[in-house]
Amino acid sequence: MLAIIVLAVPFAAGVAAVVVPWQRAIGWLCTAAIGVVLGCGIGLATRVVHGPPVIALGGVLRVDALSAFMVIVIGAIGVLATWQSVRYLSAEIEAKRSSRRHASLYAVLVQGFITAMLLAVLAGNVGVMWVAVEATTIITTFLVGYRQTRGALEASWKYIAICSVGIAMAFLGTVLVYLAALHVGHHQHATLDWTSLMAVSHHLDPGVMRLAFALLVLGYGTKVGLAPMHSWLPDAHSQAPAPVSALMSGVLLSVAFYALLRFKAVADGALGMGFPRALLVAAGLLSLAVAASLLITQRDYKRMLAYSSMENMGLLALGAAAGSPLAVAAVLLHILGHGLAKGVLFLTSGEILHAEGSSEISQVRALLVRRPALGGIFGFGLIALLGFPPFSLFVSELNMLRAELQVGLGWAGALSLVFVAVIFGAVMSHGRHLLLGSGPVGEKVHSTPAFVTVPLVGALVLCALLGVVAWPLDSLLHAAAHVVAR
Amino acid sequence: MSGSAYASSLELVSGVVLVCAVVTLWRRSLSAIVKALAVQGLALGAVALILGVDLGDGVLIAVGCLVVIAKGLVIPALLGRVVAGDPDSRETAPIVNVPASLVAAGALTFLAYGATGPVVALIPTTAGRLIPLGFATLLIGFFVMAARRKAVSQIVGLLLVDNGIALVAFLATAGVPLLVELGASLDVLLAVVVLRVLAAQMTSKFGVLDLDQLRELHD
Repeated sequence: MLAIIVLAVPFAAGVAAVVVPWQRAIGWLCTAAIGVVLGCGIGLATRVVHGPPVIALGGVLRVDALSAFMVIVIGAIGVLATWQSVRYLSAEIEAKRSSRRHASLYAVLVQGFITAMLLAVLAGNVGVMWVAVEATTIITTFLVGYRQTRGALEASWKYIAICSVGIAMAFLGTVLVYLAALHVGHHQHATLDWTSLMAVSHHLDPGVMRLAFALLVLGYGTKVGLAPMHSWLPDAHSQAPAPVSALMSGVLLSVAFYALLRFKAVADGALGMGFPRALLVAAGLLSLAVAASLLITQRDYKRMLAYSSMENMGLLALGAAAGSPLAVAAVLLHILGHGLAKGVLFLTSGEILHAEGSSEISQVRALLVRRPALGGIFGFGLIALLGFPPFSLFVSELNMLRAELQVGLGWAGALSLVFVAVIFGAVMSHGRHLLLGSGPVGEKVHSTPAFVTVPLVGALVLCALLGVVAWPLDSLLHAAAHVVAR
Repeated sequence: MSGSAYASSLELVSGVVLVCAVVTLWRRSLSAIVKALAVQGLALGAVALILGVDLGDGVLIAVGCLVVIAKGLVIPALLGRVVAGDPDSRETAPIVNVPASLVAAGALTFLAYGATGPVVALIPTTAGRLIPLGFATLLIGFFVMAARRKAVSQIVGLLLVDNGIALVAFLATAGVPLLVELGASLDVLLAVVVLRVLAAQMTSKFGVLDLDQLRELHD
């Protein structure tokens, strides 16, 4: 029942946004709907953490600890993004850049986007999951192009062209997995359900599964933003409205990564750990290298955040390659920590862009002096993102590294540390330009309303708390990791 | 249907799918390319129909009819309207010229036969032997997306990729479960509609529909 509510509530809020013309109340209603999703996610988590999976709609939906964790991630960052969307839309309408009808469209699309992501993580069937991930591509294309500028249209074209190809490859991979399942023999009725795929994973034809998993890594990897299929990512994430960037960077990438985690468990059964590990290590290290090289010379702070997402997805790929329960638990904690920190940073960057009128790093100076609230939040967000303690990204990166050492991937971990160090230096230097220095003489200090800053500070505090106290997330992470790792 | 008639008709229509993919590389006129795509959609539907009749599978026959309508008629009609609205509807200066493209298509077909070895080995039937044709169509689709300049050509490339995958799905598994098949077809249709809308928005903003116009975002 809870699983159906999770999907129905944001959908209903979307319908309400179609019927009633845009006003702030609709915006708050949408935020409340995602709040309900977050609550239901926590409810589902307490139910499945020690018990059997929750099944709904005759097996179309299946919630285990991993799905419940992903619902919590989507809910938490969704609340942040929809909260800030109210302010974003009001500002756009005030500046005459957007009509009320256009704002309604935005609200509907965001609710549809979140519903599609929820369906992807709740689906008990790989086919339904694929349909949901493809639906996120189609919906977000309009959100990326929402501002209708040349840049936004260009970004949305690249986004849908590249991601459609990627997702098509993922479909072919899914078809091949189905083909392998059909030929297992003793199973009369092959299905695309996770449970039946996991049950027969040791008997799947290795030749077909090797091709299938390579296609799945390339296909879903496109949506994750893993090199070499990443070129849409910096454009889309920098051109989309800030709350949409927060959702895309903070959650959508991780939802695609969730699909990879699930399929890796099936491939591990059919092929052993070696082949899936090699593919993920290659994709992860290549992504880190590309992100590092493009961050050094980055001139745009939204693109800087986008490339940092690519870096973090590379780290996740390495963690998943290690594949032990410790590694997967760290991967999941990293998904949540990165989602919160990146969500806060994109939302703050939207505020900065709105106030300063430029997303060029060289055009923005001395934020800590001129806009202390925004500058402070942006600064702490960067500190969280770069993996300083006490923020949870420190713990998760450390644990991923430990897990990589344990399974003999120490060399990859060491190489990733080199890239991370380069990125650390680059982001610190860009951050210093944005935040430090002294403003023009006589300029008064700009303040930021509390209803903008409070949720952002709250998210950063949560991110820090997750790094300090393991309870109550620990048992959920443990249970979720054991769904896909042995 | 007798065995040899089944085999030869399946071989014929699967071959037509690949030939149409090559035609999109050969012709420069966008309207001719869209026509080739329509023929390919019809041939793809015929593959599903032949397999459905042979297996006595009513669902597969229904899917075949759906493919004929969606990929043979609706999508080409949508693309045809974009082409009609574009003042310069020829691929005058492709990134890779036509003779080189045709050589590449040959090489990609070889590659497809190499890559699908394990899949073909698993299914020792007429349908199984034809799977490389689907992979070749898919690879040519990638090539079209990379080697052509017009926005419509990129949509065509995407549809070639999709048709190639559908051909593999029909031949290898007699179609994935209906729910997934419907979802997948609907998503592709929507993606094409979205691309069409974007194309219209870009025409009104930039004048022409060349992807060379997309030069604003870079590092």
